[in-house]
Amino acid sequence: MARFIKNDKKETPAISTASLPDIVFMMLMFFMVSVSMRSTDRMVQVRVPQATEVAKLERKELCSYIYIGTPTPTYQAQYGTESRIQLNDSFRSTDEIRDFIAAERDNLSEVDRPFMTVSIKADQDTRMGIITDVKQQLRRCSALKIMYGARKAGKAK
Amino acid sequence: MADISFLILVFFLMVSTMDKEEGLSRRLPPLPSEDQKVEDQKVNRRNIIQVKINSNDRLYAGSEMMDVSQLKDKIKEFLTNPYDDPNLPEKEMREIAGLGQYPVSKGVISLQNDRGTSYSKYIEVQNELVKAINELRDQFAMQQYGKKFIKLDETKQEIVRKAIPQSISEAEPKDVKKK
Repeated sequence: MARFIKNDKKETPAISTASLPDIVFMMLMFFMVSVSMRSTDRMVQVRVPQATEVAKLERKELCSYIYIGTPTPTYQAQYGTESRIQLNDSFRSTDEIRDFIAAERDNLSEVDRPFMTVSIKADQDTRMGIITDVKQQLRRCSALKIMYGARKAGKAK
Repeated sequence: MADISFLILVFFLMVSTMDKEEGLSRRLPPLPSEDQKVEDQKVNRRNIIQVKINSNDRLYAGSEMMDVSQLKDKIKEFLTNPYDDPNLPEKEMREIAGLGQYPVSKGVISLQNDRGTSYSKYIEVQNELVKAINELRDQFAMQQYGKKFIKLDETKQEIVRKAIPQSISEAEPKDVKKK
């Protein structure tokens, strides 16, 4: 009847970690492929408004970004809480958009220039005044393809 | 090995952003040149609908005040003009390659906003306008090809786009007065 005697010393063996590197590598590869680098530090708080009819941007590399919103708390002491425009890494005025667009356009190859898109990422509480100014500036330097950043809302609104 | 990969993995997690690039695409009208006459831009009154948002986020379409939820149907009625109402936009027979003659509406939606309008309201209205046009395109695609607009191939999409153009004009900035 030795079969029925319980062997109390038997424990579950430790889980083998031999495959752990493989799994980690796989995740690493996934992240490397799927992410885009955070190229600039956000200096303004932006919560883009919701919309249902959003379209995806086809070619990300042809896109320049204009961020509009209130400065983040670290910058509020210096710049106040009024909505500001951020281009690249600094706060700028509307007049400087022209230089920014010209610089961005120079970075693109000749063939891609007509397809340049300017993505306006503005906070949902921003007033339209500043956005209208930006739009007028964009028209002035004929960067006419724009995109209003928005996040997709659920179908049931 | 696993440690190093973990380190790199954490690094990528930190520096990465996952947000997708999404939004509403628009084309801004080019600035009118100096010598261009104002008369050229005059559009027949019946062909234009003015959508205004004032500084209190109130919406006016045509001349009546309305809620955002009503805007879509108003725009659809404006663009299709089902009963050939003389107050709604006229249609023009246009030759579209691959389809033939089709009455294309000459209606233009003119969107005006105040400097005090909030951006979220503005996007909400823009969204409704796009939604109206998308629904019309879907309807048209269903009739012609029995498929939804997105599922059509590129050439057919182009035809639909020509038949139902997205004619939203963002007007010159002008202060909309409180009514």
